[in-house]
Amino acid sequence: MTAEHSPQNTDHLLHVLFREQQRARFISDEAINNISKSLNLPRAQVEGVVEFYTFFHRKPRGRFDILFSNCTSCGDTKLLKSLCEKLNVKPGRIRSDGLVSVDQTSCIGMCDHGASLLLNNCLTITSLTTERIDQIVKLIKSDTVIQAWPRQWFYIGDNIHKKGLLLTEPFKSGSALKAIIKRSSIDVIDEIIASGLKGRGGAGFSTGLKWKLCREAVGDTHYVICNADEGEPGTFKDRVLLNSYADLVFEGMTISAYAIGAKQGFLYLRGEYRYLLDTLNATLQRRRETGLLGNNILGQDFDFDISIVVGAGAYVCGEESALIESLEEKRGIPRIRPPFPVTQGYLGQPTAVNNVETLAATAKIILHGDHWFKSHGTSQSKGSKLLSVSGNCARPGIYEYDFGVSLQEVLNDVGAENVQAVQIGGPAGRLLKPDHFSRSISFEDLSTGGSLMIFAKHRDMLAVIHNFSLFFAHESCGFCTPCRVGTRLLEKNMSKLCSGRSTAYDIDEIRHLSALVSQYSHCGLGTSAANPIMDGLKNFPNAFEKRLLNREMEPEFDLDSELSEARLMTNRDDPGAHL
Amino acid sequence: MSQSILIDGIEVPFKSNQTIMDAALAANIYIPHLCHNPCIKPHGSCKLCTVEVNGHTTSSCTTKAEDGQKVINNSEKLNKARLTITQMLFIEGNHLCPTCEKTGNCTLQAVAYHLGMLDGHFPQFYPKREVDASHPSIMLDRDRCILCELCVRASREFDKKDVFAIAGRGDNAHLIVNSPSGKLRDSDIEQNDLAAHICPVGAILIKERGYEIPIGCRTFDLRSVTEIDLGDVKLSEKSSHHE
Repeated sequence: MTAEHSPQNTDHLLHVLFREQQRARFISDEAINNISKSLNLPRAQVEGVVEFYTFFHRKPRGRFDILFSNCTSCGDTKLLKSLCEKLNVKPGRIRSDGLVSVDQTSCIGMCDHGASLLLNNCLTITSLTTERIDQIVKLIKSDTVIQAWPRQWFYIGDNIHKKGLLLTEPFKSGSALKAIIKRSSIDVIDEIIASGLKGRGGAGFSTGLKWKLCREAVGDTHYVICNADEGEPGTFKDRVLLNSYADLVFEGMTISAYAIGAKQGFLYLRGEYRYLLDTLNATLQRRRETGLLGNNILGQDFDFDISIVVGAGAYVCGEESALIESLEEKRGIPRIRPPFPVTQGYLGQPTAVNNVETLAATAKIILHGDHWFKSHGTSQSKGSKLLSVSGNCARPGIYEYDFGVSLQEVLNDVGAENVQAVQIGGPAGRLLKPDHFSRSISFEDLSTGGSLMIFAKHRDMLAVIHNFSLFFAHESCGFCTPCRVGTRLLEKNMSKLCSGRSTAYDIDEIRHLSALVSQYSHCGLGTSAANPIMDGLKNFPNAFEKRLLNREMEPEFDLDSELSEARLMTNRDDPGAHL
Repeated sequence: MSQSILIDGIEVPFKSNQTIMDAALAANIYIPHLCHNPCIKPHGSCKLCTVEVNGHTTSSCTTKAEDGQKVINNSEKLNKARLTITQMLFIEGNHLCPTCEKTGNCTLQAVAYHLGMLDGHFPQFYPKREVDASHPSIMLDRDRCILCELCVRASREFDKKDVFAIAGRGDNAHLIVNSPSGKLRDSDIEQNDLAAHICPVGAILIKERGYEIPIGCRTFDLRSVTEIDLGDVKLSEKSSHHE
């Protein structure tokens, strides 16, 4: 494999597969053979990648292919069900005439817009209501080309409700680069270290120190990667940053490249945000034309360019080493760490992987200085944090606060009443009850990548937790045993619990499994997969207990439901066909 | 200067670049494992070899030994977790020991005996997986595959062929064959390849050899997995791993 791709990476395996999926509506054996020959990749590698990502299919999809979000904030199972009924199609199947297929997908980052879906892998329709579903059904049934659908349906607003350190002041492209170009790279790194900036993805590693380690690492070349694969349900801040602050993010990437000595950068954009691609490429082109990217940036001896690689639906690729594997045209399996990407990343070379928001912050720090930045926030958490607020509140959207703000203050600002629970940091984060609302958002207290989901008193918390367990089982990469099997077992246990067939014995089982999955898994996906369940048992024990049967044990095996296949085959559903 | 680690209180010397697993095996200490083989680069997926190092759990096959490390291996807590992980491997596939040709030669079965496994504990997944009997001398029965990727890595690293790979995600992950038809007969695997022999379970079998060795006289019928795996190291130090 080589790094020699065109600026827009048209021959990247993920992009070639996307075009084939769009053209043929599936990836056939023949296509796999042809692609493997033309890209000179092993056939099994191509097949492995096709079957890894949610947006590639081995069987034909409909001419209208709908992926409905199943997130607790931007999904809606009732609307999904009614859409399927009205179109006369079963979820996950293609209609026999090939017109339409409908399936579910994990959170698509539209949580501030309510129920949402992806259309033909490249367009997003938000704010779904019964009326909108009816209109969609009408357009599909009449086989109306998408170009003739109402344009405003595809418009996605930012919903920024509170601006702070990063978002308030408009950014002039090139202004931060002009400020560093006469400074040494070490000087730039020192300033970022002095600012106290920590990674905004949630892990909280010092950004300046990461750059320093990367710069010092020996390699033929160095790479900068911007991780725009925000797949954590409930997070959409990167969508907004890339929509309205892309120059700031690209400027941050360029500063990072200057600091670590990189010539090539990648923006790894999650497939769900493909609709942003054309605008982002236009922004990159404008930066090239104004001397902010390409050779001799600002007339200096500094060459750097950025290309965008679009993912295809895989939450695990948000993990930096899995992201690098995906960039290298492989399945997104997290690597063994150490070595960390700063020493051995993309193509084995030193690589700095940073979150979108982190990179945006670096450009602001360069403009205003480290003192400006560290005068905001708390002792261990400098600066501000963008929160993606969704769920049961009056004003979902983006809120930027200085670190240290209390959860209660956020809840007041967003108009959240009768709050039963808050999931902070997404399903991989923590599930909090009202006793915790006085706690503060910061690395030392409530650390979050930005997702903040609110659940009012009427919500069934057990159903929410079951939804999260389904998410992890669906997104597990399958590499290690505890996560591959454990997340599925947890999901099955939660399903049994929700159906009211569990006993106290099953709760013990769930506890043991949760502990095992979180302690023995290979990467962060597995180690955090049981968090919602463990927090649920701790903070919402009643939700679990009131669903339990008062007996010692209830078999896993439900004889009546096992007979459903026989009933289907004999076309019977009369009382005599049931136990 | 000699370096050493402590495994369950026993001082174990190691050479630089050795993992905890390497050091343990060389010192005749058994750490349960399935996806590890001394001939192949470790990757740490089965998680059976998880140990505690200075209070943190980690795969011993991928963690470098460092002077003074305190490693806990043979503890009740770890063996209980290993037992659960082994049960997970059993129930996610279709493992029917009494009818499997590999019985008695199967490392999964032997590890289960070693850990005192009496049942699968969890409800069976009963996955539907394809059998590939296309090759004249090698059989691929995916029902028994535990996704250890030993065949994937052996083919790539040792045979220099790249015959196997993993496709899919999560519990849909499955072993595939790198050939135009996806069938073993169209791949360049040969009967003497390490990839054809390294499978710890009965997923890859040599045809027309079934029951050559009667049940009761097989590898793990005669010796425990501890003896066999520690013996393996000595073999691999001398020569290759071929049967």
